[in-house]
Amino acid sequence: MRMRVIGALMEGLCRLLTLVVCAVLATILGMIVVGGIGVISLEFLTGTPTEGMTQGGIFPAIFGTVCIAVLMVVMALPLGVAAAIFLVEYAGKGFGPRIIRAAVNNLAGVPSIVFGLFGLGFFILFVGRNLDRVLQTGLLFGQPAMLWAAATLAILVLPVVIVSTEEALRAVPLSHREAAFALGATPWQVVRRTVLPQAYPGILTGAILSVSRGAGETAPILFTGCAYFLPHLPVTEFLGIPMINPLDQFMELSYHIFIMATQSTNAQLTRPIQYGTTLVLVILTFALNLTAIVTRNRFRRRRGEAHT
Amino acid sequence: MPSEPPASLPSERPASLPGSSRATPVAGYRHRRRRSAAEAAIETILRVNGYAAVIIIALIFLFLFKEGVQALLRIPLADFIGTTVTDYRGNPKTVHLWQPVGDHPKYSLLPLLCGSFLVAVPATLVAGIFGVACGIYLAELASTRAREVLKPFIELLAGIPTVVIGFLCLSTLGTVVQDVLGTTFRLNAFLGAIGVSIVIVPVITSLTEDALRAVPSELRVASYGLGATRWQTIAGVTVPAAVSGISAALILGMGRALGETMIVLMATGNAGLITLDVFSSVRTMTATVAAELGAVAQGGEQYEALFLVGAILFAVTFTLNVVAELVIERMRRRLRL
Repeated sequence: MRMRVIGALMEGLCRLLTLVVCAVLATILGMIVVGGIGVISLEFLTGTPTEGMTQGGIFPAIFGTVCIAVLMVVMALPLGVAAAIFLVEYAGKGFGPRIIRAAVNNLAGVPSIVFGLFGLGFFILFVGRNLDRVLQTGLLFGQPAMLWAAATLAILVLPVVIVSTEEALRAVPLSHREAAFALGATPWQVVRRTVLPQAYPGILTGAILSVSRGAGETAPILFTGCAYFLPHLPVTEFLGIPMINPLDQFMELSYHIFIMATQSTNAQLTRPIQYGTTLVLVILTFALNLTAIVTRNRFRRRRGEAHT
Repeated sequence: MPSEPPASLPSERPASLPGSSRATPVAGYRHRRRRSAAEAAIETILRVNGYAAVIIIALIFLFLFKEGVQALLRIPLADFIGTTVTDYRGNPKTVHLWQPVGDHPKYSLLPLLCGSFLVAVPATLVAGIFGVACGIYLAELASTRAREVLKPFIELLAGIPTVVIGFLCLSTLGTVVQDVLGTTFRLNAFLGAIGVSIVIVPVITSLTEDALRAVPSELRVASYGLGATRWQTIAGVTVPAAVSGISAALILGMGRALGETMIVLMATGNAGLITLDVFSSVRTMTATVAAELGAVAQGGEQYEALFLVGAILFAVTFTLNVVAELVIERMRRRLRL
């Protein structure tokens, strides 16, 4: 009898603590929505900061976030997907793949500020400066820029891409590969025609998750290209067409929140802007995460049905 | 991280051994086919990409320690503990300060280490209690429907950008905590620990859940068969069987807490004190790098010292990751998964 009471109490405690965690999430969201909803307007979303950053909108920050996310995915996705294909379809179980897996796991655990240090030390000062020296075009690459910030974030999200792609590839039944091989397909044909089309939703999930992860990170871009305020968008004319200029600095939502909250001339006065920016960032990342989670769950369920 | 059991391959093994291997499905097939040059080229490209993660980790090692070693060579080792200064009466005394700017730069790492652990340890404790409870609930107690609703919810918590948590700590929670607890500093290690624990609860939850799910159901069935209640089974059988995985979850959570930057930068006050008082302002290793690297001359003494701090941080989290991986590996072997 006593055991039953203790058991019921402990089970209740687990349930309660889970509810508390959910309540914390709800509270956080509530605070952000209540604080930010009044600020959001068309002018806020499409305007630029004015009056010494105390008024105006956050369009340059939104634009910068989108640009850097696109650049980051362009860099991380091919690398990560190729790595996952190698691990699942080609590598087998030897020493090499084990080392790769250990490296991926460790990469996922590296503190984000360390990526920032690495981005500065490797990309800007080593790669960038050496490019400048070789190309002799004056200082062009060896300074903080969107290109390097995106490269740093790409390294940060690489484990996310690799792990989700691996999961997606493993979900493809072995029998499908066997059938393709039996028809005389080469290994790459099997991957290209049989495995990848089925794994596509899972890979997409990984890409979405990596975008949301990258868009929310601040520490890696602190020294690799973020700007407090830029009077112009990081855009350049290339052959008469306006393009993103990856060698320019940029404004970014998460950095904007940080810098406005800690280093603006009057943090109290700009609180509404800070809440508004936070709300925009949270909506952005949540929309991405939700899409990813829903896609993945649907994908997993379909896979479960296919097997039973 | 514990990789989950691969999609079961019913044709390959008897049904009595569900998910019993971490098979990589198709390796080996390629040997059966004659390989063309294009196939070989594609495989080489994929292989190079595969090893990219290894190369990146090696480069991070190289570039952090390259500068960090410079700091060790340039700054006397004793200075990383404390610096001897003369006070206004001319008496020498040893101070433990991190003050890299000024006529007599001081590079004591003690306040930074102290600050980092004063945030990470309470954060891991708080998040450990909540995370393990959530993990047990999701893996053992919750109905399928409750799980389907709650799990994505907790995953969403993991998706909140850390700068947002830091901002809320700074703007609102700080005042609330100060009013409730009556602390001297509005921004202190405790506030940072609360913020950080919000970020690592989802990590610990999902790893704990994975560990509990990896426990074979035969063990639970046997326990029920002996007449144990549900909680007796959880406390006496399932959790002990998964204890390695749960410890790994806590270790990884601690690694995340030590490496967390934006929350501690915004919420802990950034005063480099050596203290054990969790309600005092502290300055962590991560926050020091984040706050100072932007305004420092490349190649200078302080620049190298900051890379040394980064290298230490990297070494600590790397060690924690490796330990966690070994612990999980041990559990996998013990449960013969």
